[in-house]
Amino acid sequence: MLELKGLSKHFGGVIATRDVTLNVARGEVHALIGPNGAGKTTLIGQVAGTIRSDSGQVLFEGVDITALAPHQRVRRGLARSFQITSIFGRLPLLENLALAVQARSGSSFSFWKPVAAERELFRQAEEVAADLGLSGRLHFTSSSLAHGEQRALEVGLALATKPKLVLLDEPMAGLGAEESRRMVELIERVSGRVTVLLVEHDMDAVFRLADRISVLVNGRIVASGAPQEIRANEEVRKAYLGDELAA
Amino acid sequence: MRKHLALLAVFLLLPLALAWADQTFYISLASRILIYALAATSLNLVLGYGGMISFGHAAFVGTGAYVASILFVEGVTSAWIAWPAALAAAALAALLIGAVSLRTRGAYFIMITLAFAQMMFYLLNSMKMYGGDEGLTLPRRPDLGVDLGNEVAFYYVVLFFLALTLYLLYRLTNSRFGRVIVAIRENEQRAQALGFPVYRYRLACFVIAGAAGGLAGALLAAHGKYVSPNVLHWTQSGTLMIMVILGGVGRLWGGVLGAVALLGLEHLIADYPVGWLEALAPNYQQHADLAVGLVLLAVVLFAPHGIAGLFPGAKRARA
Repeated sequence: MLELKGLSKHFGGVIATRDVTLNVARGEVHALIGPNGAGKTTLIGQVAGTIRSDSGQVLFEGVDITALAPHQRVRRGLARSFQITSIFGRLPLLENLALAVQARSGSSFSFWKPVAAERELFRQAEEVAADLGLSGRLHFTSSSLAHGEQRALEVGLALATKPKLVLLDEPMAGLGAEESRRMVELIERVSGRVTVLLVEHDMDAVFRLADRISVLVNGRIVASGAPQEIRANEEVRKAYLGDELAA
Repeated sequence: MRKHLALLAVFLLLPLALAWADQTFYISLASRILIYALAATSLNLVLGYGGMISFGHAAFVGTGAYVASILFVEGVTSAWIAWPAALAAAALAALLIGAVSLRTRGAYFIMITLAFAQMMFYLLNSMKMYGGDEGLTLPRRPDLGVDLGNEVAFYYVVLFFLALTLYLLYRLTNSRFGRVIVAIRENEQRAQALGFPVYRYRLACFVIAGAAGGLAGALLAAHGKYVSPNVLHWTQSGTLMIMVILGGVGRLWGGVLGAVALLGLEHLIADYPVGWLEALAPNYQQHADLAVGLVLLAVVLFAPHGIAGLFPGAKRARA
């Protein structure tokens, strides 16, 4: 469904990603792991289109989207969430989600008709909120939500655009145990409907969710395969997993 | 809605009240204030709702003023042609200036919009054919079908355009487009990640505001029967910005309240000498800006949402 062919990016003299080739199959949860600074977020940016690749290609559903702008990629069904929460903080939760729904339903170059009259937008937004377990928070200003709720909204904004594939950049970042558990459940529920490329540091979550795992070290994919294979891979252990999996 | 109609009623009845009080001179001043209110309202769309700190809005007001005036001296005396032409020319200017400026962010955007307006200012200064730095004096106001030479008629024409603009702004800010504009202001990165082509929305907003600014310019030239490059001077852009900040950034009535407050204040200071102040500083009346500065300071410190934010139940329109 998503194919990365030889993607590279360097910032000045720093090489962030080099010759990354990766396949994400339809319907799978594909986890991308790697130590800090391995280039995971850069790679997500290259796929989403916010970072222009120096070389290589991005194919989505067989179509080369390398030259497309970020918003055009979203229209094709490729949405993302951010590692650092990026929501409309001063707007209520419901409006955050309604905007996301609006982005994927018809043109927004409409200057006359009040949005408030578009029941369908808000109905769908409420549906997503229910999915996130945030039905009780619809009219809360989103910056006033708890951190875990904001992280859920972050993922929800991506989901509300009805993507075919969603790029989740560390959705568990900063979450407590209980919140993490809920996020894992959310991703599990969602994964039945959309393909997921998941960047995550929480190894429990990764091994619970992922159908396949790719390991990025120093901008290179060093291993890619089923969770058992990755767990058993000596190179991965050395480079990244270290003692975490020894137990 | 009731609040809006009440404010409209005040403006509708104003000429009658002034006639009753035998102060008809003020009708012309009121027209001028409403024209500035229209210009400030158009800037508020860009600045307040769109979050784009444009420091060159006078360029569009000036374009409208010049296009209408040049058409007049070239023999096109009908407002039915001149005003739409002014509006269209200002929209075009906004399209060109916006297309370049909106590729920049932050301080660069402020500077580049300022630079464009100043470039037009100097261009018109050297345009000897149409008065150069001395400007262009018109023999009378344009033809509309009603006698615009009549101050009361002119006032109502201006009020019509202001009310229309406010209504359109009200519709726009509650529409899909308006929501997107506010969303981009709140979080550009996220708006883009949701699939909105940010640049295109910003440009559309910039052009709509420029067009409305051009209309204000055409009215301004008709009002004074005069236009000079000074309408494009950067201090004019600054004045419009002050009006928006004073009145309420991103508030429907912000531009109107700011224009009324600022021009009203200037007028009060210039026309009503205060004895003890005059004894202290004999020429203080020529320095109305000082008072304006103090009021602006007070507003920024004590009423961060502007005058519009002081009204009970005033809700920040779509934000």
